Amino acid sequence: MAGYNMMRCGEFRTTYEKDTTIFPTPMSRNFAILGVILCIIAPLQIGDFSFISPAILTLMIQIGYMSIGALGLNILVGFTGQISLGHAAFFGFGAFASAWMNNDFAIPVFFSIPLAGVLTMAIGMIFGLPAARIKGLYLAIATLASQFILEDFFSRADWFTGGAAGALANPFELFGYVLSGDRKYYYVVLAYMVVMYIIAANLMRSRDGRAFVAVRDHYLSAEVMGINLTWYRVLSFGISSFYAGIAGALFAHYLEYVSVESFNLLLSIQFIGMIIIGGLGSVMGSLMGTAFMVLLPEVMQEAAGLITSTSWGNIAAITEGINFLKEMVIGASIVLFLIFEPDGLAHRWRMIKAYWKLYPFSY
Amino acid sequence: MNWDLLTQLLMNGLIIGALYGVVAMCFVLIYKSTQIVNFAQGEFLLIGAWVCWWFLTTWELPFVVGFLFTLAFMTVFGIVLQTVVLRPMIGEPIISVIMVTIGLSLFFQAAMKWIFGVNVQPFPKVFDVQTIEVFGMQIQTAYVMSLFISLFIMIGFAWFFKSSKHGLAMRATAFDQQVAQSLGISVKNVFAMAWAISAVVSAVAGIVIGIVNGVSDSLAFIGIKVFPAVILGGLDSIIGAIVGGVIIGLLENFAEYADGQWFQVGNMYTIAPFYVLVIILMIKPYGLFGTKDIERV
Repeated sequence: MAGYNMMRCGEFRTTYEKDTTIFPTPMSRNFAILGVILCIIAPLQIGDFSFISPAILTLMIQIGYMSIGALGLNILVGFTGQISLGHAAFFGFGAFASAWMNNDFAIPVFFSIPLAGVLTMAIGMIFGLPAARIKGLYLAIATLASQFILEDFFSRADWFTGGAAGALANPFELFGYVLSGDRKYYYVVLAYMVVMYIIAANLMRSRDGRAFVAVRDHYLSAEVMGINLTWYRVLSFGISSFYAGIAGALFAHYLEYVSVESFNLLLSIQFIGMIIIGGLGSVMGSLMGTAFMVLLPEVMQEAAGLITSTSWGNIAAITEGINFLKEMVIGASIVLFLIFEPDGLAHRWRMIKAYWKLYPFSY
Repeated sequence: MNWDLLTQLLMNGLIIGALYGVVAMCFVLIYKSTQIVNFAQGEFLLIGAWVCWWFLTTWELPFVVGFLFTLAFMTVFGIVLQTVVLRPMIGEPIISVIMVTIGLSLFFQAAMKWIFGVNVQPFPKVFDVQTIEVFGMQIQTAYVMSLFISLFIMIGFAWFFKSSKHGLAMRATAFDQQVAQSLGISVKNVFAMAWAISAVVSAVAGIVIGIVNGVSDSLAFIGIKVFPAVILGGLDSIIGAIVGGVIIGLLENFAEYADGQWFQVGNMYTIAPFYVLVIILMIKPYGLFGTKDIERV
């Protein structure tokens, strides 16, 4: 799995601060800041000119909130080594919780999103309790059960979710200024994303983060060294659900409507697909994997459109079955990544960077 | 109390439970011999049922011929799947192995929907008599047949593992792969065989359910329903799988009855086994007959 870094020759780290720093070189930090600045100016519209089309902006928002959820799952699966097949249910719980608190208790959306995260965290810790006793495979099956139980709860709890009709969510509002519509909401998602990613990157440098990694790498040794296994496993579930809850709340206030059916097992599998494709145990990998997973169906849609417009004509099997083809490709890409690139895109990215750093001498 | 309904439901539970038991047995077979948790077990049922349906409707083969063709196809399918996809995963961490089978299940489910559509397709008529009367209850012929087939498969499994050479090789591999290998057992063949048997037997279960309810992608959900059964019985116990399957089958039908009579909450049929699953995992994670993992550093 992940965890090792490619270091250049002659690069020696002599202090712990240097070893655990998020940005090993000033260059990498500047690039990260540049990336964020690019993201900030991307949706700007000057007169008739805009950098990106509305369709791409929608996709970027989608990548934004999904990647927060994926990052949460990566903390649980990639860093702590616990398997969860019920992440979509927590994502959904966050969505409903935020809408519910906003509608029923008139808590402003600005506060209801983090509160939804906290509420989801509590639920996640309850469902994470089996993790205190069981692990690996048994835990995967227990979380599978929690997925179904929560899904059932959503369809049953009219007071919370609005039942079959779904719940309406108000747009995001800040000091009386309504941030609705893609161009404005984009910044809400971007702000949350940056904050959540910084928190996650720093969490991994902290005492708790090291405990998570120790639990993943060898839980018996970790326990011998004085790490409270039960607490850290449950805490990991809690943090992961917190991220899922925030992501779900952002999703709810983006669409302004939450339906009961959207948080099924398929979404859970997609979340796991994201972190596997991105790279288990890699913070930036979560983002790359999410981008891959979100863009893949869109690319396929485009490709299908191209085929339709060529002289081959309209192949009914492709145009009508495009939704099934998308699912097939998602499944196939999970399998292929696991067989051919088990460390994910993050690893591939490191290899590319190392290649260019050492170019033209490969070592 | 509505005794007629209760007995009818419990009878259904017994029959469907036996089928769960058979599928759970296939699941345990794969887990025991290859240490792989097969989340794509339900897709074996789905693929088996669709392929058989295709032979019977498009090619208009007689049932027995189509059935045998399906079994042959599933054998090849199981072996190819094991060789191409699962063999590279040997020695990988458990999450990767789980995810590969989940990816496969997603892939095959979508592929089946793509090829055969999303509508429920009825099987061509297999039996002349649709229902027969047993102890004053109307029971579908296919159900009676399924009960017999389940029993037959269970006895077949018992014989296979007790007395046949390959079954013994399989048990040896399950016990210790390295020792088995050093005694001249081809572990590769055993793995391929486990997948082939599992695919074939699941397909039989899929066809039986398909005959009763029609073929649709809801068959794949049996693969998930199997988890409560397997966990209840213990992950690595064949007997446990059967017992667990029957208990879960009875339980979900009883839950439906109790729900209809007293609680009126709805959907208990689907969801009750999962509550049981969580409770078992909390109090007795290794199930009724499973081997307890003993950790050594």
